[in-house]
Amino acid sequence: MIKNTILTALITLGLAAPAAMAAGGGGEVHDTAFSFEGPFGTYDTFQLQRGLQVFTETCSSCHGLQYVAYRTLADEGGPHLPEDQVKAYAAQFETPNTADDDGELGELRAATPNDHFAQSGYPGAPDLSLMAKARAGFHGPAGTGVNQLLYGMGGPEYIVSVLTGYTGETKEEAGALFYENHAFPGGWIAMPPPLADDMVTYADGHAADVHHMAADVAAFLMWTAEPHLNARKEGGFVWFVLLVLFGAMLYVTNKTLWAKVKHKE
Amino acid sequence: MSGIPHDHYEPKSGFAKWLDERLPIGGLIYNTLMIPTPKNLNWWWIWGIVLAFCLALQIVTGIVLVMHYVPHVDMAFASVEHIMRDVRGGHVLRYLHSNGASLFFIAVYIHIFRGLFYGSYKAPREITWIIGMLIYLAMMATGFLGYVLPWGQMSFWGATVITGFFGAIPGVGESIQAWLLGGPSVDQPTLNRFFSLHYLLPFVIAGLVIVHIWAFHTTGNNNPTGVEVRRGSKDEVKKDTVPFWPYFVIKDLFALVVILAIFALVIWTTPNYLGHPDNYIEANPLVTPAHIVPEWYYLPFYAILRAFTADVWAVQFASLVTGGIVTAKFFGVVAMFGAIFVMALAPWLDTSRVRSGRYRPAFRWWFYLLIIDFIVLTWCGSQPAEGAVPMISLIGSTYWFGYFLVILPLLGVFEKPLTPPATIEEDFDAHYPPKPAE
Repeated sequence: MIKNTILTALITLGLAAPAAMAAGGGGEVHDTAFSFEGPFGTYDTFQLQRGLQVFTETCSSCHGLQYVAYRTLADEGGPHLPEDQVKAYAAQFETPNTADDDGELGELRAATPNDHFAQSGYPGAPDLSLMAKARAGFHGPAGTGVNQLLYGMGGPEYIVSVLTGYTGETKEEAGALFYENHAFPGGWIAMPPPLADDMVTYADGHAADVHHMAADVAAFLMWTAEPHLNARKEGGFVWFVLLVLFGAMLYVTNKTLWAKVKHKE
Repeated sequence: MSGIPHDHYEPKSGFAKWLDERLPIGGLIYNTLMIPTPKNLNWWWIWGIVLAFCLALQIVTGIVLVMHYVPHVDMAFASVEHIMRDVRGGHVLRYLHSNGASLFFIAVYIHIFRGLFYGSYKAPREITWIIGMLIYLAMMATGFLGYVLPWGQMSFWGATVITGFFGAIPGVGESIQAWLLGGPSVDQPTLNRFFSLHYLLPFVIAGLVIVHIWAFHTTGNNNPTGVEVRRGSKDEVKKDTVPFWPYFVIKDLFALVVILAIFALVIWTTPNYLGHPDNYIEANPLVTPAHIVPEWYYLPFYAILRAFTADVWAVQFASLVTGGIVTAKFFGVVAMFGAIFVMALAPWLDTSRVRSGRYRPAFRWWFYLLIIDFIVLTWCGSQPAEGAVPMISLIGSTYWFGYFLVILPLLGVFEKPLTPPATIEEDFDAHYPPKPAE
């Protein structure tokens, strides 16, 4: 409520641009409300699980998550899957033997929770481990950085906007097909629209239209980029409070100490 | 150590006497902590402690990060992700270290501008000022080297652009650049030597900090009036000063904790705000980022570097006179380093007999304009060099040099300063009047 009032005031004063950026040539990123925003926001475990499902059934056919280990799917503050499910999840995939494994080097074996997700399988498809931190959806205005303070860096919002920003127009350039997209810089993206309504069936019966799927997978990718967000916010809050209390004590100590010098006693 | 008369250390216990005859460390600690400090120091004087804390924080977090980091072009980026994901508390350590660099620079800029306003650079504190400038340069180098280590896109391309400056030096430039990089371009040898130097320089800074403190403990602190502590007798000194311990230790500690609370707030809520998203993409020599920007703390000087393009008459003139040896790029590099060099010369460029800006009615406004200039240049450095940005950068750069080379020398001649209070005690009592005798 207060946040909204301040926002409206700033926007009225022209200090902050509304979160949706100007259209034309891409770069149009809309604000999406996520559970992990704000000082006390944390990941929604069920949303992360749904996002994992979208990633597994759709994105993973081209994109990798090379920095993420399967075992972290069991982490609290993450998708928090039971260990047997993580084992079963990992076992669906194959991974090459390394020097530590028995058997021939490079030979394929079933993945275990200690292995990482595969690298991107399709040439040109970027790895998504850090995508939510590697893009800034929000800028400015005029290079001041006010919007990033108000709305966040906008990485997950960028992902949602790209996934939902297709217009349906296509063009062919140098033998490659490009799809028009409001959010992608330049306005034309090589990735075909990856989502369609009800493409996945959520076990919890959650709506599976394109926008919901996009938000779920963006939340999941924020977790892959920043897996310890929940812990950091808990710790940050505790440290902040401790420092404020310590500061208050020092304030009183300082005042008492100087009282005589300042002729107040 | 201090030139101000004060009580000296007397070893009391048997052990203290035994130690003092062999290693006078008790006296060193005593003299350092009990130094008579002007009692009218205001809150602008707390940044020294913040800076000392930042150096310690960066060294401690850095040493632990090194235990997990791999300086190899194929593994550096992944090892940083390993720290962020698998090392216990690693994500906090890394955010402390990366945001710690920003806090370090915020503190050093306020500290420098404090010195510029209150004339802390003026005789007899020139050595303190020069050492401070060397510390600042070493900080810039360390920050740059450190930013390369995560081996992200901005690391790689920042290193390419910055080392390219040296390539602009006429004649020997390319050889120097290759020598710095360890090859024709940024690659494995570059990463190895940057890692080595990033580990070395903080200890050089620590050494310089000791000399910095030694120098101003010899001259005594400056203070908001710019008036020296009376040194006729210990009684006079006691009227103007209080010992550093406990008075300023507690005051500084209070300020430090308040600043650390804000620091904790940043790491808690928005730890990537001051970073650049492109650095979460692994370095790729084949893909140039759309817009290469250095870290925020270099932006004002980066703006000065870019301000001098080939269509600026001063650049054309320099090029003509030298028969084309001085190119726009080289001119920009000289301007960038020159901007820091003229700041280091402030003790000799400032001709005013009054030290503190508090008693210099004209100087103040030029000084405030310098701060605005610094902020505008920071903004210019962050923007693509299009539209009005090059012109604003050029005006801003001109003012920066004008302030030090023209305004400071002339103000001393034309300005009519106010009369500062005769003593620090007088200034202090004006703020905190003594109770009337009963």
